[in-house]
Amino acid sequence: MNLQNILSEIEKVDADVYERIDHVSRRHVFHNFLKKAAAGIAPVAFGAVLNKAYGQGMATVVDVLNFALTLEYLEAEFYNRALSSSLVMGNEGQMTFQQIALHENAHVALLRSALGGAAISKPNFDFTAKGSFPDVFSNYRTFLAVSQALEDTGVRAYKGQAGRLIPFPDVLKTALQIHSVEALHAAKVRYLNGNKGWITGNTGFPGAVYAGEDNTSQGGASVNGLGGIGFGPASEAYDEPLSKEAVLAIATPFLA
Amino acid sequence: MSILPMNGGKLNFYFFGSMEKLPKDTTDISQLLTGKESAALGRRVFLRYLGATAAAGVALSACHNEIDDTVARGAGRAGDVIDLGDIGYSDVGVLNYAYALEQLEAAFYTQVMMTPYSGINGYELAQLRDIRDHEISHRELFKAALGSAAIPGLTPNFSSINFGSRASVLGTARVFEAIGVSAYNGAGNLIKNGDYLLLAGKIVSVEARHTAIISEMLNPMTSSFAGNDIVAPSTGLGEARTPEEVLTLVRPFVQETINGKNARR
Repeated sequence: MNLQNILSEIEKVDADVYERIDHVSRRHVFHNFLKKAAAGIAPVAFGAVLNKAYGQGMATVVDVLNFALTLEYLEAEFYNRALSSSLVMGNEGQMTFQQIALHENAHVALLRSALGGAAISKPNFDFTAKGSFPDVFSNYRTFLAVSQALEDTGVRAYKGQAGRLIPFPDVLKTALQIHSVEALHAAKVRYLNGNKGWITGNTGFPGAVYAGEDNTSQGGASVNGLGGIGFGPASEAYDEPLSKEAVLAIATPFLA
Repeated sequence: MSILPMNGGKLNFYFFGSMEKLPKDTTDISQLLTGKESAALGRRVFLRYLGATAAAGVALSACHNEIDDTVARGAGRAGDVIDLGDIGYSDVGVLNYAYALEQLEAAFYTQVMMTPYSGINGYELAQLRDIRDHEISHRELFKAALGSAAIPGLTPNFSSINFGSRASVLGTARVFEAIGVSAYNGAGNLIKNGDYLLLAGKIVSVEARHTAIISEMLNPMTSSFAGNDIVAPSTGLGEARTPEEVLTLVRPFVQETINGKNARR
């Protein structure tokens, strides 16, 4: 996925994309601009130009991908710092978090390359969350608790944005491929925390990360008792989305 | 014996499409499904889909009866051909595809719990019981949502699995879960209705959680939970498979022959 792909996505939805762009920039000029943007030397914000040219469609893709990038920056730096700190995590922890860090850094690179000049910069982070987790990089239990919260939030965040990407099938597919990897991570970290890999009801810490996970109304039907499956496993069987606002409220304390 | 309708041809969902005009404009639906007011509208669209497919399903059953009265309804059998058609043509196609996979997973874990492998411990039994229950819930939800448009119940063929062997059971479980995740990842962008896409999203991440926990049982204290065999290390992307790729992988595990084509959008 790259800028050119995003454009061809738009072209699928709106065959007139180049005509729309024409009033901002002639086609060849625009292509030239794209090349520069892809090379990371775009003089103007890519998103701003495309928004003017195209409106909501492009704005949606840029908004969703930058939202995802914010979370991936957060996760990647969290693991990078932990792995380079004196935190004692043992062999299993090392194996686990090196693999997770590999993926989170790859997600950052992928999203940055897709967004090109429209990519937001990496914010500064405070992983103590304003003092809530003062020993996050010196106490493995604290680290695991924060890791679990970040991974479970990540799963919910991607799920909450998927619907906005329906008109952009290639972007949606990539987002889903990241989403499922966050869930692999979440389950392993939950296991290290002594929890089940799946979320029962709305139990978990902090509460905001698990709010609404006890929902058993799926596709307009109640799954509580469906097929003889009671509330606990029925709630576990479906992960719930979180709105962008709810995710940002969870993430904001980690911004320095 | 075949459940194929009269033309010997496709029990596919072009049929549904031609019976009832389903809303096809994905942009409209996705744009409507934002905000509170349109949540109600989303539900109405959802119900409209169900209504349309239910009506088409009844007509389809009638066709079956004309052809072969002896075909058992609600259950397939060895030798039958179940054709999912062009899977992305309508959301019913995608839902039936998911229903087929959930049937297979639920049947597998039901068997695992009926005949636990030798040496199974309490922790493993508890995990496998949870997973069985999740898969049954998924299967029953798709069955209920599809109503009479649902494909028949599938008959599993687990002859290649040694249910007495931990390695065989957990190895198969990991493969099934990984296939399931890759199937949802590959079919998500064929779904036109936002409610259905969200439902698929709610399920796929739970399948991924299963993959990680099964992997941990099979290969403890390693990176197998998100191993390089299921996540591309250079991009951090999970697997995505087309319907044809997935059906090729699962066909040996089902008595009926399941066919389906990669979708066009």
